Amino acid sequence: MLQDKDRIFTNLYGLHSPDLESAKKRGAWHLTKEMLDQGPDWICDQIKASGLRGRGGAGFPTGLKWTFMPKEVRERPHYLVVNADESEPGTCKDREIMRHDPHLLIEGCMVASRAMRAHKCYVYIRGEYINERHALEKAVKEAYEAKLIGKDNVNGWDFDLYVHHGAGAYICGEETALLESLEGKKGQPRLKPPFPANAGLYGCPTTVNNVESIAVAPTILRRGAEWFAGFGRPNNAGTKLFCISGHVNKPCNVEEEMSITFRELIDTHCGGIRGGWDNLKAVIPGGSSVPMVPAEQIMDAYMDFDTLRDLKSGLGTAAVIVMDKDTDLIKAIARLAYFYKHESCGQCTPCREGTGWMWRVMERMVKGEAEHDEIETLLDVTKQVEGHTICALGDAAAWPIQGLIRHFRHEIEERINQYRLPRAMVQGAVVAAE
Amino acid sequence: MSDTFKLNIDGKDIEVPRHYTLMQACEEAGAEIPRFCYHERLSVAGNCRMCLVEWEGAPKPIASCAQTVGDMRPNRDGSAPNIRTKGDYVDKARNGVMEFLLINHPLDCPICDQGGECDLQDQAMAYGRAGSRYEENKRAVEDKYMGPLVKTIMTRCIQCTRCVRFSAEVAGVEELGMISRGEGAEITTYLEKSLTSELSGNVIDLCPVGALTSKPYAFNARPWELRKTSSIDVMDAMGASIRVDAKGDGVMRILPETNEEINEEWLSDKSRFVWDGLARQRLDKPYIRENGRLRAATWGEAFAAAKEALSVSADKIGVVAGDLIEVEQAKAALDLFRALGVNSTDCRPAGAKYGTDGVRERYILNGTLAGVEEADMLLLVGANPRVEAAVWNARIRKTWLWADLKVGRIGEAADLTYDHEWLGQGADALTNVRDTDFGKALASAERPMIVVGEGALCGEDGEAVLASALKLANEVGAIKEDWAGFGVLHNAAGRVGALDVGFVPADDGADTAAILSGGMETVVLLGADEVDLSSLGDSKVIYVGSHGDAGAARADIILPSAAYTEMAATYVNTEGRVQMTSRAVQPKGEAREGWAIFRALSDVMGKTLAYDTADALRGVLRGAEGESTVFSGLGFAPGVRGIEALKQPMTSASAALTSVSFGAVVDDFYMTNPIARASKTMAECSALASALDTPVAAE
Amino acid sequence: MALRRFDLEAGGDTFAFKPETEEKIAFWRGKYPAEKQRSAVIPLLWLAQKDNAGWLSEPAMREVADRLEMPYIRVYEVATFYTMFRLQPVGKYHIQLCGTTPCQLRGADRLKDVCKTEIGNPMYVTDDGRLSWEEVECLGACVNAPMVQINDDYYEDLTEDSLQEIIGKLKNGVEAQAGPQVDRINSAPEGGTAILTDPALFDGSRNEVSRLPNLAEDKAEAPEASSAAKPEEAAPTNTKREVPKDSNTGKTTLISNKEKENLAGERPETVEVTAEEQDDLKRIKGIGPKNEDALNELGVFTFKQIAAWTPENVDWVEDYMSFPGRIEREGWIGQAKTLAEGGETEFSKRVDAGDVPSSQDDED
Repeated sequence: MLQDKDRIFTNLYGLHSPDLESAKKRGAWHLTKEMLDQGPDWICDQIKASGLRGRGGAGFPTGLKWTFMPKEVRERPHYLVVNADESEPGTCKDREIMRHDPHLLIEGCMVASRAMRAHKCYVYIRGEYINERHALEKAVKEAYEAKLIGKDNVNGWDFDLYVHHGAGAYICGEETALLESLEGKKGQPRLKPPFPANAGLYGCPTTVNNVESIAVAPTILRRGAEWFAGFGRPNNAGTKLFCISGHVNKPCNVEEEMSITFRELIDTHCGGIRGGWDNLKAVIPGGSSVPMVPAEQIMDAYMDFDTLRDLKSGLGTAAVIVMDKDTDLIKAIARLAYFYKHESCGQCTPCREGTGWMWRVMERMVKGEAEHDEIETLLDVTKQVEGHTICALGDAAAWPIQGLIRHFRHEIEERINQYRLPRAMVQGAVVAAE
Repeated sequence: MSDTFKLNIDGKDIEVPRHYTLMQACEEAGAEIPRFCYHERLSVAGNCRMCLVEWEGAPKPIASCAQTVGDMRPNRDGSAPNIRTKGDYVDKARNGVMEFLLINHPLDCPICDQGGECDLQDQAMAYGRAGSRYEENKRAVEDKYMGPLVKTIMTRCIQCTRCVRFSAEVAGVEELGMISRGEGAEITTYLEKSLTSELSGNVIDLCPVGALTSKPYAFNARPWELRKTSSIDVMDAMGASIRVDAKGDGVMRILPETNEEINEEWLSDKSRFVWDGLARQRLDKPYIRENGRLRAATWGEAFAAAKEALSVSADKIGVVAGDLIEVEQAKAALDLFRALGVNSTDCRPAGAKYGTDGVRERYILNGTLAGVEEADMLLLVGANPRVEAAVWNARIRKTWLWADLKVGRIGEAADLTYDHEWLGQGADALTNVRDTDFGKALASAERPMIVVGEGALCGEDGEAVLASALKLANEVGAIKEDWAGFGVLHNAAGRVGALDVGFVPADDGADTAAILSGGMETVVLLGADEVDLSSLGDSKVIYVGSHGDAGAARADIILPSAAYTEMAATYVNTEGRVQMTSRAVQPKGEAREGWAIFRALSDVMGKTLAYDTADALRGVLRGAEGESTVFSGLGFAPGVRGIEALKQPMTSASAALTSVSFGAVVDDFYMTNPIARASKTMAECSALASALDTPVAAE
Repeated sequence: MALRRFDLEAGGDTFAFKPETEEKIAFWRGKYPAEKQRSAVIPLLWLAQKDNAGWLSEPAMREVADRLEMPYIRVYEVATFYTMFRLQPVGKYHIQLCGTTPCQLRGADRLKDVCKTEIGNPMYVTDDGRLSWEEVECLGACVNAPMVQINDDYYEDLTEDSLQEIIGKLKNGVEAQAGPQVDRINSAPEGGTAILTDPALFDGSRNEVSRLPNLAEDKAEAPEASSAAKPEEAAPTNTKREVPKDSNTGKTTLISNKEKENLAGERPETVEVTAEEQDDLKRIKGIGPKNEDALNELGVFTFKQIAAWTPENVDWVEDYMSFPGRIEREGWIGQAKTLAEGGETEFSKRVDAGDVPSSQDDED
């Protein structure tokens, strides 16, 4: 178990006040000026050395991403945009940062902005997080009043931070859709290239980072890259907020070491699997977009990028959705298929048409009202969506279904057989009636 | 960095400019790339995913329309990236996209107006699978009202957003959008209001399926049963290239043809939808007024009556040529009346002060329509291109949007669809223009262009306006070796041609205003309907034209002529470009081509003209062998050939510039000529537009 | 997604922001560059919805468009794209019930039934105008599932009874307490947390360090930064580092029956014991049924054995069971010593009380 002294988010549960004074006591805003004084190269190098990989799902090395920004500021200003549009089903970690440890985020924004030579930062928070937005706004106000940020602040880097909000669209978690939305348009992902580092917000160089990636940065710099790199297996460094939901005895958020085993994570923090370990059926280990992993493969797997990738799944946002043996997996995945249909922006053909198709077939499969060869057709449709869309939502819609068919095809088949059973027995009558 | 990039496409090495899209490169290499959303005159959306190709080594297929070649990387070994546009991988990708497009597309091709010219139909044949695997119900989408021109069957829509991009980018009127999201996404106008853009009909051509079709054309014909005739439009002075589709003796629709120098591939709504006016209010036989009432007559009776009316003193005869007059008619009429000694001839119904000094460069658009794309500054003097030359306005907008053209304008305030600096109402603004920031920028501009509209030239000071605009052009460097940045924007198709044949008062002849003031014994109107006929008094009126409009209503003798779709006739556009229409259908009833009427009348009058075929007449216009005249060549704009003439200052500018506001030349875009006024479709558009203009009571 | 259309009739012809909202409008508009005011469209639509009894009417949308000088169609696109803009009237308390899988797994479907019974069909407004509900997608409070959002607030860890009670209160105009409806604080585990208890985290002692590590002037001793995305050397940490293995983690299971060779350290001694002499190793925190079986297979049956492990033994067992650092981290040896002497640990007490399901025997 990660020791308390090594936790970054020390007010994760809101047991203490989120205000500036308390945050400072917990270590926020300490030596910030010194960090900024070191300049962009030092900050980027430290973050690179820490092995921090993006906490928003894709796991791209954060320090490297920051170096993609132009080395000089020309006529177009640089922007940092923080992705707080936390909407991936299963994920609720950024919420805790914003309502309980907002100053870590604000400080992180400033440090990251310095690293990418930006003086302005927008935090795009999902519309439903109204209280979280208010909490963050309050902290921003405190920081301005304490002259920690703003023009001529005590930290010596002119920096403005603005909170922006969405209004209910999962797709705005995709970085270019988020930028479109921030520009006052529909959240439809842009074609890439150009990448945001060249032409992002308002056509200016922009980097979009997840809340957690940004919020851990100051602590990493304060305690040293090696400290952070010391957790987890190589290439999977650091501590990580896990969100454990579903069929565990005590669902919770917790900061843990990367590469902790699934079993330890659940036993230590969640009071075990509902009904015991033998009652575990499958786990979606990284938010709804990643394929599920069956119990026997996940139980003692390391919770990190590489292990879960090798299990044909992913760490994603580290949103662990646990499903026990009472779960109707087909129904659970059908509900996700509905989610993706609901959240498709409608821009490109495979996703717009494919998500609806997949969902409708899934709904029939929940009842078993399908032909056996439709499983193969469904799989084929997921492949026709995957990799053919503008953004990753198409992939995200395809993967959960692929995971289900990969591991639990027999359940779908049984369901179909069951549905047919009574009909087969009265086949003659049915045929006659039709 | 080199300007070109090497690729290997389907095994073929090719080098293309770096700014090419991969799709262009593939086409250059001879590969065919299917597409729906991509359109070369619109921004890239990349949303249909039909144009996927394989880039060897890439994890996913690439949307070739959205991939700029210059952004690609060579292979690790430095060799050119390998692209495949064929093969199982690509086929499977396209096959999949096609299947998705079809699962919710209705199977109503047999009753769809797009049938036979449908991209989806064609590509489904090439890339689709034979049967459907989709077992669910198809989606149905409510149809949307978009006004009298565009019919919608939205269930057919494949959300390519070409129409949305067209209205926002080309037309410059943001009135179409895609609302909602996911599979519920729908194309609509705001709360189903009518489209208001003058270019809205182009969305019909752009729509790759049958979602947006022509409402007036609905269910009238199938494309394969239409006779297609390439021709020239006469609804404005641009002379857009069109295709007239006819069945039997009726024009069924008019479509644009691509002409990069004039209309690109767009057409204004008036040009596109005016065709029902060709079948209504037509003058299909001669008429003579007897006892105050018009009665049908034979050509013989009509000519006899005309001879009588013209047998008066030549200085008591006046001839006014209207907006749609073709060169042949103007030439034949002018030759006859000059032979009769008539000097009061005029082709400027609105009284614009140009064309009398015979210097052609002072009444054509020397800078050319396409030339505006090279301009960096544009000063519009009394011109409103949005209503006077709607398609050209889109080109100005395009240049403003993508190439940062700065536009200034003198005249009544108007929404041109692009930002422009308003410099004043009337001619006096022209004197001060050099003191403004805009004027200063004009002087330092690389390629400034000054365009004078009819509206600036119709006042008392019209000639002075023209002179000072030309002077300004010379002062700011708009006239130089390779740049003729000065010209007049006309709004009537027949004007430049008529000026070119000299259809202006000769010697002491009267101009339009004088001819119509009541002093003449006989007035001949050549399709001139947009003039004030209220002061004619007892003048006898001979009306030659195709439609029963204002002129015919006042006429004593009516000689029916053919309309522009019914004859091969010469028109000269505002750039001085000589072009010809083609006969798509026969003239109505007994109507004859205009020149033939005057050829026959000349016989009756005993002043037989020297040509007896249209070709012979055109031969005269072209001049003798080796002689170079305006009509020697077809299809080109003189452009910079006129710079020497433009450098000469105008001497006759006597009147002072006044502060009188340049009036709006076009009150109602949809109602500018007799054909348009006969069109029900145009009447509907006009009614809707004027309803919009009426201020709504304050909320 | 159902068709989203304005309720034009209910929207009337006019809308005006409340005077007190003007300040908020100015606040939002001030966040964006002057020429990029369009960015404020979502916040302004949201304010308009707030000023219009919780839904966005067509005149309200136009007001926002006019203020931002945007074409109506562009604002219309935005209003219909984002599902938080409600285009028809809602109740004074509008319940948004999350129905996505994490909530579904914990009973959201049953909550839907409660809403249907207590209120009616989705988007139906009760006659008194107080209540309406709809199902929405994931609201991002998954560890507190199932949950609903009522106006601005989240109500979490719901059961049919607690939701019914909340609805009952709102029906009678009584405010209901937001947040988790069970014994837990925010997203901490139910019943309290054992972590984040160290007082040193909160008393400011963390700020005693006065100098950043790895400064440029210290570079001589600092590790090479640029290559350190994969540090070669283990850094000081509270856990043992694991040497990266080949990526054959596809089937990471704890126990391999195949005898492992070349393991680091030294295999612990085995003993033969009778069933009565065996200890319940699951009373040690960190040992579940699977681990217990594995240890038994190794010949480890008693607390005493574990208590006597040498560091080499620990290394060997950790390597064998593929969980480096865990024995030390979880303090097995210490626990074993206590238990071997007949003492109790916090954990063993809970095990004995049957509170730790993962320590139950398989037969249960």
